[in-house]
Amino acid sequence: MTHVAILGGGPAGLAAAQGALAAGARVSLLDEGDRLGGQFWRHHERLTDPRLQHAWHRFGRLRGALADGDAQVHVGASVWWAEASADGVRLRATVGDADGDGRTGLEVDADAVVVATGAHDLALPVPGWTLPGVTTAGAAQALAKRDGVAVGRRTVVSGSGPFLLPVAHSLALVGSEVVAVHEASRLPALARGWLPRPWELAGKAEEFLEYAGGLMRHRIPYRTGSAVVRVLGTDRVEGVVVAAVDADWRPIPGTEREVACDAVALGHGFTPRLEAALALGCAIDGDHRGRFVVVDDTQRTSVARVFAAGELTGIAGADAALAEGAVAGFLAAGGAFDDPRLRGPVAARSRTRAFARRLERAHGIRPGWTAWLDDDTIVCRCEAVARRAIVERADVPLRAMRLATRAGLGPCQGRTCGRTVEAIVAEAGGAAASVGFDRRPVLAPVRIGEVAALAETDPPT
Amino acid sequence: MRAVVIGAGIVGAACALALAERGAEVVVVDRVGVAGETSSRCEGNLLVSDKAPGPEADLAIASNARWRPLAERLDDDRRDGRPATEFEAKGGIVVAFAGGGAALERFADAQRATGIRAVGIDAAALAADEPFLSPEVAHAVHYPDDAQVQPSNATQALLAEAMRLGARLVIGEVTGAIGRTGRLAGVRTSAGEIDADAVVNCAGPWSAEVAARLGARLDIRPRRGMILVTAPMPQRVFHKVYDSDYVGAVGSGDAALQTSTVVESTPGGTVLIGSSRERVGFDERPGVAPAAAIAAKAVRLFPFLERTILLRSYVGFRPYAPDHLPVIGPDPDVAGLVHATGHEGAGIGLAPATAELVAHAVLGAPTDLDPTPFLPSRAGLRETA
Repeated sequence: MTHVAILGGGPAGLAAAQGALAAGARVSLLDEGDRLGGQFWRHHERLTDPRLQHAWHRFGRLRGALADGDAQVHVGASVWWAEASADGVRLRATVGDADGDGRTGLEVDADAVVVATGAHDLALPVPGWTLPGVTTAGAAQALAKRDGVAVGRRTVVSGSGPFLLPVAHSLALVGSEVVAVHEASRLPALARGWLPRPWELAGKAEEFLEYAGGLMRHRIPYRTGSAVVRVLGTDRVEGVVVAAVDADWRPIPGTEREVACDAVALGHGFTPRLEAALALGCAIDGDHRGRFVVVDDTQRTSVARVFAAGELTGIAGADAALAEGAVAGFLAAGGAFDDPRLRGPVAARSRTRAFARRLERAHGIRPGWTAWLDDDTIVCRCEAVARRAIVERADVPLRAMRLATRAGLGPCQGRTCGRTVEAIVAEAGGAAASVGFDRRPVLAPVRIGEVAALAETDPPT
Repeated sequence: MRAVVIGAGIVGAACALALAERGAEVVVVDRVGVAGETSSRCEGNLLVSDKAPGPEADLAIASNARWRPLAERLDDDRRDGRPATEFEAKGGIVVAFAGGGAALERFADAQRATGIRAVGIDAAALAADEPFLSPEVAHAVHYPDDAQVQPSNATQALLAEAMRLGARLVIGEVTGAIGRTGRLAGVRTSAGEIDADAVVNCAGPWSAEVAARLGARLDIRPRRGMILVTAPMPQRVFHKVYDSDYVGAVGSGDAALQTSTVVESTPGGTVLIGSSRERVGFDERPGVAPAAAIAAKAVRLFPFLERTILLRSYVGFRPYAPDHLPVIGPDPDVAGLVHATGHEGAGIGLAPATAELVAHAVLGAPTDLDPTPFLPSRAGLRETA
């Protein structure tokens, strides 16, 4: 019986598990979270307000398929090593609390793997963004969705993309006043992305309107072509400077105005989590503006036995992840691409791919944003590296720049700052990088002792 | 006099500086730029402790003495975001577990005869010097002259200093030679042709390929090394601390995975744990075996590492010659071509003395170093090329 390992328990991973089970495989699913669902269905058994969840019934069906099938589910499993060979795929993980004594090692050998590691939310730096009270839109959403907690009493939401709407809606439902949602893209870009070929939007426009209706009910203004360009405060957030931005997101002088608030949620899209796919050897396409795993119509990567699904093949949201996951899991288990059971997912996937292109056209990051940075704005938060240091070393290879400035060498290993550091390097004339900050041979923090335990022999005496 | 230096790693940067400050017009050519490969993928060791008596030990002693004023000068001249070398004369402590003390002491005795300072330390002094070291350590020798730089930053600082003295950097790949057979008059690169009176091959693990493109033969191969980096923490390792098995692995020609424990702190607060050596060609993705072997030995040396978090690992390729000696000097077949490569894991430490030998070969500059043992014409190299 084919054994399919699935890396990630969000929509893509869960759909892959269901697909693999349907094709007759045995499944091992690993996720680092405490509960299945990923970012999209982030929840807490008691604290979650069901009004903040979307397509919850689908989540229930997917969990049901796992519970009924030949599946091992490992939550709290942090995969730190992945390798693929001609014989199979091997994943190594630790299971349990990062600082707990009861943490154990887990090794999964499988015939194929579906990498469904999803994406981080991406916040572009803004002067003052290191003040307490500033969070990513994703963090604000997670706290609201899982714990019912609002990040502030008066919150400004700024960034780009449709994700800002549910974030604002969630914040309002958990009791924060949302001063405004600032969408950096201007109406012409939004129109180019959203208006043509409405039939491709199947459901998406309704979803958007549903959230827009939510904003109206809570009297939250949605301001396009504007952005938080500075966060004000001494010890914590006291307000923001909002400015109109041009089509390239460059602030327009003279349009700045101050707005009082005690929290800011920043979200400028998503960064796919590529490190596991890279460790497995998968080909990657693109640059810091968008770098994704290359897959074919069957969700196969460039490496035999390795499939990818969801945000790491292109930022397209949960519907795309569900469709890609279903195809990937079914094929990874040895199922046929022309199997009638795949008709639905394959059709859905062509719609969602079109949606991904629309999203990029409407909301994709424009290069002018760096104009709102000061020279001393911290870009890498772990190592407190300012923009000036990065610009001064922009002419050396990225690896040498990192070592000289320490940008991206801290605990997050460039997960937060990687793309923005690369953008600043590119703007300063540096060479584009093929993989950039995304290669992380150690996929997740692991104790030296846990690595040592894998040594084949005792050290010689 | 125009010299083209191929490779902007530590050896190329040091050669560029040595040639520029002696009046040559210098053009450095590199595929990706300064410190793009090996020099950004290593530990920055300036070691005398691991050298058995012989020509490389003599070169290491001389280079170690040259690094001190050089680092001071580079750090004093910093400007425009140029990084500090992070030179630290922290000293090395080589330790042996029960049963290994006699061999370590014999090795240290032989080193003392060549002028390497090697000081035996007793248990009480060791506990004071390295309080977190395993109590199972039975024997230790202190090498006060072992030092460390941040290798990528030191390379960047060296090249910046050379460029301040007029050297130019061209980003491009060397594709062939200019000139008639047996006599180089420059190089063809993907960024255009560059005429030169001398061409210095500092392409590290890729120097055999560069030599071939220039019509020469050189047997330099890549050896993969892996290093582990922990999360930052308060300092608990104060010297470069080695297991005495290090000495055996460095000189070994065995293709299989070998590891020897080297543990040290960096100014950034991380602990570096090295290192493995494998002859596997240019394969950048090691399995878990080298990481596990290094980790196991490091925990044996410093038990607190057991629960320390591994943040990242990196691999790099070291250039090695079949007889494990650096290759420095004129090519025996192609006039106008000088090699400076084959330093294996010791290139950072050996760079200043290597550059002095290159200045001697290219410009006839005076040196009190003996170039003979490192010449590309030596028998140990010709047999295999």
